[in-house]
Amino acid sequence: MTRYTSATPDDRAEMLAAIGVDSAADLFEQIPEPLRLGRPLALPDGLGEAEVYERLAGLAGRNADAEEQVCFVGAGMYDHYVPAIVDAITSRSEFLTPYTPYQPEISQGGLQVMFEFQTAMSELTGLPVSNAGLYEGPSSLASAGYLAMGATKRRRFVISRGVHPHSRETLATYAVGYGAEVVEVGLEGGLTDAAALAAAVDDETAAVFLQSPNFLGAVEDVEALGAAAKEHGALLVVACDPMTLGIFKPPGEQGADIALGEGQPLGNRLDFGGPSFGFFCATQEQIRRMPGRIAGETEDVDGRRGFVLALQTREQHIRREKATNNICTAQALNALGAMVHLAWLGRHGFRELGELLARRTAYARERLAAVEGVELLHEAPVVREFAVRLDAPVAAVLDHCAERGIAAGYPLGREYPEHENGLLIAITERRSREQIDVLADAIGGAIAGFHAHGDFVSSERGEFLPDSGSRSPQGALR
Amino acid sequence: MSAIAETPMQRERARTIYEKSKPGRRAAVLPDAGVPEAPLAELIPSHLLRAEPPRLPEIAEPEIVRHYNKLSRRNFDLDSGFYPLGSCTMKHNPRLNERVAALPGHARLHPAQDPRRAQGALELMWGLQQSLGEICGLPHVSLQPSAGSHGELAGLLLTRAYHADRGETRTKVLAPDTSHGTNPASVTMAGYEVVKVATNERGGVEMDDLRARIDEDPDQVACLMLTNPNTLGLFDENIAEIASLIHAAGGTLYYDGANLNAVMGHSRPGDMGFDIVHVNLHKSFSQPHGGGGPGAGPIAVSDRIEPFLPRPQVVRRESDNGGGPSYDLDHERPKSIGRLRGFQGNFGVFVRSYAYILSLGADGLAEASETAVLNANYLKARLAAGRAGACLPIAFDRHCMHEFVLSGKPMKRELGLATLDLAKRLLDFGFHPPTVYFPLLVEEALMIEPTETETKESLDAFADAIERILAEAETDPELAKNAPYTTPVRRLDEVKATRRPVVRSELR
Repeated sequence: MTRYTSATPDDRAEMLAAIGVDSAADLFEQIPEPLRLGRPLALPDGLGEAEVYERLAGLAGRNADAEEQVCFVGAGMYDHYVPAIVDAITSRSEFLTPYTPYQPEISQGGLQVMFEFQTAMSELTGLPVSNAGLYEGPSSLASAGYLAMGATKRRRFVISRGVHPHSRETLATYAVGYGAEVVEVGLEGGLTDAAALAAAVDDETAAVFLQSPNFLGAVEDVEALGAAAKEHGALLVVACDPMTLGIFKPPGEQGADIALGEGQPLGNRLDFGGPSFGFFCATQEQIRRMPGRIAGETEDVDGRRGFVLALQTREQHIRREKATNNICTAQALNALGAMVHLAWLGRHGFRELGELLARRTAYARERLAAVEGVELLHEAPVVREFAVRLDAPVAAVLDHCAERGIAAGYPLGREYPEHENGLLIAITERRSREQIDVLADAIGGAIAGFHAHGDFVSSERGEFLPDSGSRSPQGALR
Repeated sequence: MSAIAETPMQRERARTIYEKSKPGRRAAVLPDAGVPEAPLAELIPSHLLRAEPPRLPEIAEPEIVRHYNKLSRRNFDLDSGFYPLGSCTMKHNPRLNERVAALPGHARLHPAQDPRRAQGALELMWGLQQSLGEICGLPHVSLQPSAGSHGELAGLLLTRAYHADRGETRTKVLAPDTSHGTNPASVTMAGYEVVKVATNERGGVEMDDLRARIDEDPDQVACLMLTNPNTLGLFDENIAEIASLIHAAGGTLYYDGANLNAVMGHSRPGDMGFDIVHVNLHKSFSQPHGGGGPGAGPIAVSDRIEPFLPRPQVVRRESDNGGGPSYDLDHERPKSIGRLRGFQGNFGVFVRSYAYILSLGADGLAEASETAVLNANYLKARLAAGRAGACLPIAFDRHCMHEFVLSGKPMKRELGLATLDLAKRLLDFGFHPPTVYFPLLVEEALMIEPTETETKESLDAFADAIERILAEAETDPELAKNAPYTTPVRRLDEVKATRRPVVRSELR
């Protein structure tokens, strides 16, 4: 077993003597006897480091990760290349092991990183105020709802069906608590139905929520759609993909009051969904309603430039039940990864990456659309992800591709039943033209195979796929 | 001390990475597109495009590395010294956990991977759920909440769903006046009203006040939120009676797990009568704090709360053909409160905490808590002697659990030193100060949590430093009032940063 303690029997004896008790058990006597466990926890004995490593490496080996599969899955988290300096810097003890910077004099490194991160996110979104990061994307969107209620004193949200399903569901979960109504507006040709949106927004609406690119990959005209929010005095909240902000007009210049999103594409691992971070930017008007930590610039007693946590009077540890939010996490380490990644890409690299995504995505979309049995789900402009409809059960196609070492995309059916055989395909700088060609051929092959064995229509997974039900066949995925 | 020379780090004034940027420099080399290089405006309507690239830094890789390495040295961290920040459980962060979290099978696993191809990840989550359930004494666990405060919100939404399912609407959540600030903030977000409960002379819930608050309107009591041991580091002996009062009124009992490190393997919230517990994996289960995140706040609940847990939920299915069990994500939970975030939660944190639990095992966890309690009581005893004993009395004099609270009130009166001054002077001695000015009911509070991973020598050195600071204050109180002197910057003007906030670097 492993111990991370240092107290020797002699230490213990000296410490107990200083306390004035005979044994450590005496210290636990303040727990009433019936509430003491009185038995060991029903957990295995502890292990040495090598054994724990083997155990967890064994579990890791039973997952088909993006190193062993070619990953075309996105849906909010993407297989980008994270430069080596991100790992080197984020693994430094000085960034990895401190707590929240409550003592600014010995936390200048972390606070300055927050300040630099806020500057970057503010510049990308075109909004003057950024916080230092929230948990992740969907809960950031729900926090925007809470802000909007406070700002407008209204209790009604209008949200596009193009917003990530996890964000919509999270908003609905939170809204039950703070007593708001959520109205959803559908899509038309892959884009938010502008007429339906205009009809849904009224003078009781606290916020209108859009996402661009939306969940189906389509680039929305935020400014045009947002007019309905402006007309009725509702806040316009725009969820965005940070990787596209090198080429897109910033949401702040399109009328957004709040721009937010999932930060994972910037410098963070896939990690089966977390930890990552959410970014959250707003107009100056909302600065005192912001959730989360915000670093601000100041001076020390000798006039040296320094950084502190600013506007703490918004926060739970001061304001308690009147706080603007209950969050006290900044995902500082994840935001550091993002900042280093952005610095590494730099002003021009970041834009070039956006262009690269747009071009490869355009190629992939065209290539897939030419495959027999594949049609585009919508014709709206896309930049890094697009949706297709398959003339075969999507689950069978995915299995067929998985057997060939490809994670072909994200099936839309669960969250968009109207697109039962819809597939969302994501492109990153790691996905080469050759890989895109292989994907197109694999999907085409799967569909052709399915039609050659037409009696499998009702089968969830085609039986022509050997081992498709077995557990993570590592070798077979190559 | 006012004429003290600047240290080298103080001489080097802060410059942001944007201020080191110069046009024409860069680090990244991107791959060729390898596809037709169509003008962007042919792919995306030009009115949606950005006119100029965003003003990110232009800087080469060596200077990026140097910039952030220099910044890192302007941070104090747990690996460099004693960090007795009360209620934060600054215990050692094992590096093994970082190694296993970084394995590609974990770090590069897409969250939307088909569960059949993520069996290792789901088995790990299941194993962690089972372990946390046993430690908490509550059988059902959701790993989804991203932090303690997120777990609190989840717990209150679960309470609301539980009552709604019984056809009840309740409006009030009780919480002691000593509770963490997140508790009342979460209560408001969940649409409830906070009712404060007084603290008795032993640091526990004032039972008469609790009864009075319940009796005001028992049908409106939705929940009582407690930490036990409480924020004074004291175990509330009345917990069984508290539980029965709340349950009799029809409310749920919520356990803020911030202080779980005191009782692992010794006492379980579920056995105390709690219905819902959140666990801070970044406190008791060794996830590094990262300068403010990431963490995770899984919740464990009783049978009656289980139907309402967030979705999706990891489930285990036994094989019907003699094979091993398989794992899946259950999205079909009709009574669920729904999602609290995207995907399955902070899996990378789960890997680290599971590695920690496997490393320590049943007896190791119990020993960790025992040593945490021993260390706290020893440091308390050390600080009860000498000048500290006179200037910094213990707020409630009895054995503590894993942390304790001192009051700086006599120090302020006798020496003119505020708790803040003592905290700032500790920085010059190479220590992170305790949590200060919390809990609110103790004047000039210092909340000290040493954790089990500290040596007796560290505790002694800390007590010696406090003694020395108090001694020097007897002859020169200005010394502490103007501290710190040796840190990268000296005392900072926090008011200015709030009155006229500057929250981003100027860009050219």
